[in-house]
Amino acid sequence: MSGMQIVFLVAAAITLVSAVLVVTLRRTMSSALLLVLTLLGVSVLFVLLQAQFFAVVQVLIYIGAVATLILFVVMLTRSVMDTSEPQVHKNWWLAALVSLVVFVALVVTLSSWQAFPQVQRAIPADSGENLAALGKALVDPNGFALPFEVASILLVATMIGAVYIASERKGEE
Amino acid sequence: MIPLSWYLIFSAALFSIGLFGVLARKNVIGMLMGVELMLNAVNINLLAFWSYLYAGVNGLVFVAIVFVAAAAEVAVGLALIISIYRRKRTVVPDEVDGLRG
Repeated sequence: MSGMQIVFLVAAAITLVSAVLVVTLRRTMSSALLLVLTLLGVSVLFVLLQAQFFAVVQVLIYIGAVATLILFVVMLTRSVMDTSEPQVHKNWWLAALVSLVVFVALVVTLSSWQAFPQVQRAIPADSGENLAALGKALVDPNGFALPFEVASILLVATMIGAVYIASERKGEE
Repeated sequence: MIPLSWYLIFSAALFSIGLFGVLARKNVIGMLMGVELMLNAVNINLLAFWSYLYAGVNGLVFVAIVFVAAAAEVAVGLALIISIYRRKRTVVPDEVDGLRG
């Protein structure tokens, strides 16, 4: 077993355990903090996949923005949920069953793929993403200029919508 | 050398855990965290296939768009949670039944 494999297994184990805790813990604050650990583990896997740029983006956007936003909302809406009662529905076993079926179905589908064991790495071991090519493709009209613009419109609409929805308006109710 | 199957099985497990969170949680913030886990599993899958099979730029663009969609989804979702909390003092979706006939 090589060193990379050990790093992968440790990161994957930490990520999966903290992900299970995220969805099962009673205190939302604790699960929001464990979400940060999960996202960090995922970014370690991004590094192992030679995607250094997206590992940094993962830390910046997911941990820096998304997890922080979730933490703030947890703090704003604290004191509503009674943590002494269970935080999952009473028929949670049905949800567990569905998730287990999805997992088994995915693994069975993967293992029926003939070319699965022979797949070798397509990019060289010491290179990351080709960021210059990625940047050019994002503004190339024959490449991904349209999805790029649609994504920017989505972000503007999100910003306006979030401000409008969350803002306090007087004379309402 | 890490086999591709490890990444795919890991992301399947992370996706299933997130699915459990979305289905079983009472708290809407907990459900949103489950959605985040599922989106992360998708990103690992996309980057694994980019790294092992299709080393072009297409997979990276896909991952970037997933990042944008996840950020947009969480921003609007949390704004809705704040708005509902302000009116109804609850974060449990089952108690928000104003549209029930």
